[in-house]
Amino acid sequence: MYSVSCRRLCKTFQQGELAVHALADVDLDIDAGGFVCLFGPSGSGKTTLLNMIGGLDTPSSGEITVAGQRIDQMKRAELARLRLKHLGFVFQSYNLIPVLSARENVEFVAQMQGMGAQQRKHKALTILAEVGLQGLEDRRPAELSGGQQQRVAVARAIVSGPELVLADEPTANLDSATAEILMKLFVQLNQQHQTTFVLSTHDNLIMNYARRLIKLRDGRIVEDIDQT
Amino acid sequence: MILLRLAWRNLWRSPRRTLLTLGAMVFCNTILVFMIGLQLGMYDLMINNTLRAFSGNLQIQATGYNEKPQMRRSFADATQLAQRVRDHINLDSVSARATGFALASSQTRSYGVQVLGVQPATEALVSTLPGLIKQGSYLSPDDAQTAVVGSVFARNIKVDIGDELTLVGSGKDGSIAATVVTVVGIFDSGISELDRNLLQMPLTVFQDVFSLGNDAHKIVISAANLDAAVKVESEISALIADHPDLTLLDWQTLNPGLQEAIQADFSSAWFMYGVLIVLVGFSVLNTVLMSVLERTREFGIVLALGLTPGRVGWVVMLESLLMGLAGFSIGAATGAALNMYFAINGFSYSGMQEMGARFNLPAEFYPEVSLIALTLGPGAILIATLLAAIYPALRIRGLQPVEAMRAV
Ligand SMILES: Nc1ncnc2c1ncn2[C@@H]1O[C@H](COP(=O)(O)OP(=O)(O)OP(=O)(O)O)[C@@H](O)[C@H]1O
Ligand SMILES: [Mg+2]
Repeated sequence: MYSVSCRRLCKTFQQGELAVHALADVDLDIDAGGFVCLFGPSGSGKTTLLNMIGGLDTPSSGEITVAGQRIDQMKRAELARLRLKHLGFVFQSYNLIPVLSARENVEFVAQMQGMGAQQRKHKALTILAEVGLQGLEDRRPAELSGGQQQRVAVARAIVSGPELVLADEPTANLDSATAEILMKLFVQLNQQHQTTFVLSTHDNLIMNYARRLIKLRDGRIVEDIDQT
Repeated sequence: MILLRLAWRNLWRSPRRTLLTLGAMVFCNTILVFMIGLQLGMYDLMINNTLRAFSGNLQIQATGYNEKPQMRRSFADATQLAQRVRDHINLDSVSARATGFALASSQTRSYGVQVLGVQPATEALVSTLPGLIKQGSYLSPDDAQTAVVGSVFARNIKVDIGDELTLVGSGKDGSIAATVVTVVGIFDSGISELDRNLLQMPLTVFQDVFSLGNDAHKIVISAANLDAAVKVESEISALIADHPDLTLLDWQTLNPGLQEAIQADFSSAWFMYGVLIVLVGFSVLNTVLMSVLERTREFGIVLALGLTPGRVGWVVMLESLLMGLAGFSIGAATGAALNMYFAINGFSYSGMQEMGARFNLPAEFYPEVSLIALTLGPGAILIATLLAAIYPALRIRGLQPVEAMRAV
């Protein structure tokens, strides 16, 4: 079974007179439990593809199926529910809610899903410890370094055990040691819970962890490398 | 719960802005509570004073008399009925009256006058008039051929205490009613209508002169206050239920002008309050809109995390609700404190005198401290606050996650 499946996926941005083909006829299947890394030059369409898969933006044409559901025609509220239930996100720049502490940021999604207070708190603390933020749980994002913030974002993305985690350059602001800690965590989750990971990166170190590498250029898949 | 926490903390992200808006809210709420409290207090006083002056809280009349007050629309056994009412409601302030018109002549002049037959012993319990005698004394219960008249009338017709007045009118049966009465007292009520053309004489004399037998036109009932009147009203209704020829009238029916004056005054005041409320509404709109625009990116995040656009809109509504509730409670509390202070010490300002003169009021007013006085204004502000938040909240519902996150 595929976790993600794209057919003739196109996304065109209109910039004045100019049409930018951010994605052009992308056909892509990602197995459930896969660990995929998107790479390619800047502007090749990595972020756009991740946004499409996550239902954050609607394709210009083509089909996307995520977790068994066609999402290209879905209403916004349905998409939101799908994201809440099945997806975890880590964005290019740390996107935390500034008025909530690290722990509250992590608990936020879990609470929205209706998880009980005790379980939520326990999970949040455990996962924050796993990403190496023990003792910093009650700090607000402004009181954390960039790398620490990104680790909170990662913790938030994986806390409720999503089927699919989409991470757009999750290690861009991290030193290589922290980046490796995160990647090991991803791999562990991937192996233990069959969580599917789709990452984008410029970093060779990250690519080494992936089992499948997909290279994009000008909105097209130009290489698809199996690393197993 | 986390949405509530989120909303609360969001409010305090720019404390100065929130406090300024809150301050405007509290200020307006306090003013509204005070103004409305004062108004309601004044109306109560106005109603009470007007009713106590003359008309009483309730009147029993022959059916149809109020619409067309004619001598022949009287009812029988008036003093007995008055006594039965007194016993039934266990209240002394019940008194029978008969009304007619006569041409009054002194030695030098003649004027038309409204003649009122009253029960001297109980009239003072339903009207303040007997207590407002400036010269001489009020009628005594010995049924003598005596009369009290208003001060303006006395001056116009040139009579003094001890002078005689000749009254000529027509009796119930159409016969000529004529008598001579001695002026024993002159009252000065401050109500020009009464001072100018009212003459009171004992009911028994009136009945004689106007061939009324034992009839009268009204039984006036006075209650301690408006609330007490409501209870008395139902009791009397029950008492006269088997008399279709009798009707019980409440103060609104008896004083249509008073009710209208109050309503007109209240409406015109609400126009001013409305302006205040709209101003607060716009100040809230400005605050909420600014804070929403600043946070576009953040809304993008929570949308991306899977909050439905509707739910995100609710966070914004919740923020306004919290601010509104804070404004409501603080404003109602400061307003209550203000009202309580003036409820004890009294409040007065120059513009109020005219109204006071018109309705025979004292120069000081006592604002009401009631649930309605405390919550009406702040409630309106709260609703305005929520209404003001709707537009910003709807804006968020239309937000696309990606676009929102790209915003700075
Ligand atoms: N909202 C937008 N409006 C117009 N053009 C856009 C928009 N978003 C992306 N693009 C264009 O689409 C193309 C793909 O952009 P995308 O962000 O997916 O690239 P990327 O591979 O993530 O690049 P980077 O490595 O720099 O993050 C680029 O040419 C970009 O300019
Ligand atoms: Mg990108």
